[in-house]
Amino acid sequence: MSLLSVQNLTMGIHNHPVLRDVTFEVARGEVVAITGESGSGKSMTAFSVMGLAPDGSHATGRIMLDDTDLLTRTEAQMCALRGNAIGMVFQEPMTALNPVKTIGDQVAETILIHGAGTRAEAMQTAADTLTRVGLPQDRFPLGRFPHELSGGQRQRVVIAMAIALRPALLIADEPTTALDVTTQAQILKLLAKLAREDDMGLLMITHDLAVVSEMADRIVVMQHGEIVEQGDTAHLLRNMRHPYTKLLFEASSHQVDLPARKSDAPLLKVDHVSRDYRTPRKTVFGAPGTFRAVNDVSFEIKKGERVGLVGESGCGKSTLTRAILGLEDVQSGTITLNGAPVFSAGKANLAVRRNMQVVFQDPYGSFNPRHRVSRLITEPFYLLDNPPKGQARADLIAETLEAVGLSAADADKYPHQFSGGQRQRIAIARALIIRPEIIVFDEAVSALDVSVRAQILDLLADLCRQYELTYLFISHDLSVVRTVTDRVLVMQSGQIVEHGATEQVFSDPQHPYTQTLIAAAPSLPDLTDARDEAAS
Amino acid sequence: MPNLPAMLRYTLKRLLSLCISLAVASLVIFFVIEVAPGDPATFMLGINSQPDTIAALRTELGLDVPKWQRYLSWVGGLLTGDFGTSYTYRTPVAQMIADRLWVSLPLALYALTLSTAIAFPTGIYAAARRGKAGDTAVMGATQLGVAIPNFWFAMMLVLLFAINLRWFSAGGFVGWDKGLGAGLWSLTLPAISLALPQAAILSRVMRSALLDVLGEDFMRTARAKGLTRGQALWRHGLRNAMIPVLTIIGLQFSFLLAGAIIIEQVFYLPGLGRLVFQSISARDLIVVESVVMLLVFTVIMVNFAVDLAYALVDPRLRSRT
Repeated sequence: MSLLSVQNLTMGIHNHPVLRDVTFEVARGEVVAITGESGSGKSMTAFSVMGLAPDGSHATGRIMLDDTDLLTRTEAQMCALRGNAIGMVFQEPMTALNPVKTIGDQVAETILIHGAGTRAEAMQTAADTLTRVGLPQDRFPLGRFPHELSGGQRQRVVIAMAIALRPALLIADEPTTALDVTTQAQILKLLAKLAREDDMGLLMITHDLAVVSEMADRIVVMQHGEIVEQGDTAHLLRNMRHPYTKLLFEASSHQVDLPARKSDAPLLKVDHVSRDYRTPRKTVFGAPGTFRAVNDVSFEIKKGERVGLVGESGCGKSTLTRAILGLEDVQSGTITLNGAPVFSAGKANLAVRRNMQVVFQDPYGSFNPRHRVSRLITEPFYLLDNPPKGQARADLIAETLEAVGLSAADADKYPHQFSGGQRQRIAIARALIIRPEIIVFDEAVSALDVSVRAQILDLLADLCRQYELTYLFISHDLSVVRTVTDRVLVMQSGQIVEHGATEQVFSDPQHPYTQTLIAAAPSLPDLTDARDEAAS
Repeated sequence: MPNLPAMLRYTLKRLLSLCISLAVASLVIFFVIEVAPGDPATFMLGINSQPDTIAALRTELGLDVPKWQRYLSWVGGLLTGDFGTSYTYRTPVAQMIADRLWVSLPLALYALTLSTAIAFPTGIYAAARRGKAGDTAVMGATQLGVAIPNFWFAMMLVLLFAINLRWFSAGGFVGWDKGLGAGLWSLTLPAISLALPQAAILSRVMRSALLDVLGEDFMRTARAKGLTRGQALWRHGLRNAMIPVLTIIGLQFSFLLAGAIIIEQVFYLPGLGRLVFQSISARDLIVVESVVMLLVFTVIMVNFAVDLAYALVDPRLRSRT
């Protein structure tokens, strides 16, 4: 008999349907992954099981945990189950812990709130559980505060809170989405190990199909609040029936067709660049310390070249980007575009600036919500001495919007009228409109759903054909970098540890760090062979 | 106390910055007031007085020595508790201030206690019932509390409790020699009129700070552990909401100590606000300087206390600075 059995779960929030007829099961010791894109209802399904769906929601159907229908439980009864019979781990470890309480108190609280021991016993269990999730007491005593831990360590604390009472079911909602690949690999391994050791059912919610296919025993695919397909992982991967499942997997391993480069002239030159930050004084009158975020970095980008920059958080990617864009000065070394320095005499060099544009990660936060698209995408005109006016301006706006796959009529709309993917197209249009020599894509596709991401990557390839783009593509997502770049730079602790032709670096990494990164990144199984096999 | 070394280092740093602030403040106060037009001696003797009489008075008051020398002797006096002698009343300033402080300080503390006692429960209640009738009622009441001037409250309170019900006297202060109870009793109406608008502001701050915290991820984590809404609010919400609330409490105390002038006027209380007002009108610069310095000192001390309270509430601040 299964541990969790969700039967015909239908849910609405204020009469707006969110889930329809959701039916699936999780057995003890089994890892079930619910996957789908944003708005598919996967997180809402998890919250319904926890009884933590938003106010104003109404659910029908049954959510059976062993013999108990959770939908018929009162709030008080649910409180007794949460943390005790069902544990939950969340996406954002940086904010999932109370910043003013020690990790020991927070783990012990799970035990105390359910009356499962005295305070001393609870603290002992907390210590044992923290050790179990990989935070041994000699290095991570109970008195530590969350801000003293890294993201991966905090996620371990959250996991410890969830499993302290050895629940029968653990729900993990995008548990590794906010983490670096090497940390992600460790956390996933930990979750799988805990589920196995405690014979716990693990319900994973994730958009990352590579994670799903590596971790899950069974996969549930959701779209628009409905389950479109589910089955054993191996079987489902070989026999995808629903077009949406196929689309998801294809989009996840989407390869673009980059045109060949034509020119070989050097464009951007980063020469022995170092960037220091001041750290707080240790004593009142002591000199402030320095932290070298970028350490003696040199590389070159040629005209028409597409270069990737990968590395984990804190490696100096963002600092380097800011220096290249001329937003900050550097402590030593030079950055030049066509031979002209990006930063001179204490400020950004305008002549260089107009030849560089940037596209950021967040398609929602990157626009002033009160401006129309025409005004938003013409912002870089401020950099020009003679910006186009009148008809020429209107024509350029129309041409650029069409180039990024929008229509000329979109110029009069506001950003809120567009989806995340469309907004990212607007951001690209804004970068493109003054025909810069180089565009920096700073995690530009990281916030997008896989199907939208695939379209944006295709758009980039199209633009390369049309405009011979040169770009620096910064991402933590190795599979994306692999397909849209010619050359890749791998950064660790402020230094470039490896660089070379993308395919070369990925298929035969030389530096141990690159090898670790590539090994840690979850990968999709090669499905082309599998499908051929199934067909024959 | 966990993290004592960090906490100690933080305290010492705050203390150093406190001393620097005080030194700068004393300089600014002294010189700003000195450059303000109006010679105390001329003012005291009248416009038609003889120059040699004025000169004699200036010597007597110690106004004829260089400014920096007067500054040093003033600061030296402040440090030893000698605030100088009032130009107009010819009594020690320290004594005058002490007398007034015995009224103003208890009044400010009384009002602050009342305002906190009203604001915390109402703010928490409103946040817990966001969007429901209770929340709307509390928010409506606080809107009124912010909008209505405190002297109007004061007059209404006098009308109701002093004139109609005769529970309190309409004004004046009986003095602490009549006993603590009697003293507090005579400060009750002024304290309430001072407290109500402050309570309204504090209650709104409390509510919005709590609502911000209620939306945090760690509140959801707490619920996932099995805490009820109420438990999550008390155990995880309140302390995280304290930073903005402490800031406002600090500002309110400073305001209550010096800004009660209208209420002191309405209730005829011999407080600091009236002393400042009278001294400014009389060009009694030394009293003005001393009172202003005292108020600045209080504000800085309160800020110091609030800074320490921040660090007690939030461990991140201990290591950051």
